[in-house]
Amino acid sequence: MLSVKNLKVAYGQIVALKDVSFEVPAGKIVTLIGANGAGKTTTLRAVSGLEKPVAGSITFKGQEVGGMDAHKLVSLGIAHVPEGRKIFPTLTVRENLELAGWTIKDKAEVRRRMDEVFTFFPRVAERVGQLGGTLSGGEQQMLAVGRAIVTGGDLLLLDEPSMGLAPVLVDEIFDKIVAINKQGTTVLLVEQNAAEALEIADFAYVLETGYTTIAGPADQVSCDAKVREAYLGV
Amino acid sequence: MGSIFNAQQIVNGLQLGSIYALIALGYTMVYGIVRLINFAHGDFFMVGAYAAYGAFFLFNAFLGGSGLPMAAVTLIVAMAAGSVVAALTNRFAYKPLRNKPKLSSLITAIGVSMLIEYLFSALPFIGASFRAFPVLIEQKLYKIGTATISNYVVIDLLVAATLMIGLTFLVRKTALGRAMRAVSQDKDAAKLMGIDVERVIGWTFLIGGAFAGAAGLLAGMTYPRIFPYMGILPGLKAFIAAVLGGIGNIPGAMLGAYIMGLAETFASAFNSLLGEGIAFAILILVLLVRPRGLLGEKSADKI
Repeated sequence: MLSVKNLKVAYGQIVALKDVSFEVPAGKIVTLIGANGAGKTTTLRAVSGLEKPVAGSITFKGQEVGGMDAHKLVSLGIAHVPEGRKIFPTLTVRENLELAGWTIKDKAEVRRRMDEVFTFFPRVAERVGQLGGTLSGGEQQMLAVGRAIVTGGDLLLLDEPSMGLAPVLVDEIFDKIVAINKQGTTVLLVEQNAAEALEIADFAYVLETGYTTIAGPADQVSCDAKVREAYLGV
Repeated sequence: MGSIFNAQQIVNGLQLGSIYALIALGYTMVYGIVRLINFAHGDFFMVGAYAAYGAFFLFNAFLGGSGLPMAAVTLIVAMAAGSVVAALTNRFAYKPLRNKPKLSSLITAIGVSMLIEYLFSALPFIGASFRAFPVLIEQKLYKIGTATISNYVVIDLLVAATLMIGLTFLVRKTALGRAMRAVSQDKDAAKLMGIDVERVIGWTFLIGGAFAGAAGLLAGMTYPRIFPYMGILPGLKAFIAAVLGGIGNIPGAMLGAYIMGLAETFASAFNSLLGEGIAFAILILVLLVRPRGLLGEKSADKI
């Protein structure tokens, strides 16, 4: 579904990604793990169009999408839950979800997807009239994933969904990710919490200072001696 | 010396405040969405006044007549002219600099402002000199208590109120309004919702320009003397009104503008030179005491 080859991204003089390559097959969960500053967030931002690559290619459903505007990629089927959730703080929960339906012309379809979010995350339904900024971290994460459900798409990019959440909530969010994947959405997951990520993923890639180094099926990668030492703490 | 705080001054202050409010809204909306003080905004107001002036003579020559229908058509032309100039300025001057340092846009804004002013001065059918604004609607005076109210006061207040209510509805209740609020809060997140951020910015300039154009017509009608530099001072004062209310905040701009209009009118009644200076005294006071303005949020979430 998504194929990234020799991707290079720079912020001015600073090169964040030097040579990143990976594949995300349709229907699978693929995870990118790595330390802080390895380039995980930048990789997702390049895939969703928020950063323009300097070199390399990003193909989505057979079409070259590197450098395309982010809002166009939403219509093509890429939904990105960004780092830090990026809920609109002074918009209500309902308005946050309605905005996610921006590209959908049929407003009944937007309402149907919002109802889907409410059954999926009852906590979000309870908070529907509240301002986004007043939600707890876990609720914001649910809302962020909820927005991605409304925008729809075949590929879901998730940037550190576990960040700042209590362990119970992390389990809940990961269960939901698996459920979304079971419904047919392909998932590209970026995580510092490597153990949890490797548990639900089909394939894993390790990102180190702008390079993809280790790659393979998730269970194989989690047995790798280097990965165990550096990212799993065993 | 009678009291300067009489009904007449309040009426005059609200009238002036209405015009400031229409200009201040454009400043505050554009700042809210692209964090740019658009110093050319006062000139959109001037363009509106000249467009109304031109439209009046054109329609008068071909169709004849005056009165309310004619005034309504001129209002639409003034608003259209303001929005076209605003949209062109955005497209050709600000958009190419969007991801460059803010200072570049600010200096460009000053350049655009001067370009419009000198261009209008140079155009043969406009010229640098003052022109008398035509009488769109016969002025009528009504005596209410100690105050004399003209139908112009009613028109100014009514047009401003209608536009402000319309804008409030647009921002609070429509999809475009939601998108404008989202873009002003977080551009990346807005893009990820599928919003074409540049298009929303374009609409913001269009609406702000239309409001400035409407203010240009009202000002021309109320203070019937127009010239290419007429936008500088009202533009500056409306900008101060927006800062007073909390730049980026729409109700704040309206509140700030009416406070400015009243303060200026009262101060002028006391001493006409004081009236011209009061705006700047208010600016200094606001920046010292409450830099985020009356209704402004803490500056932390403005960057």
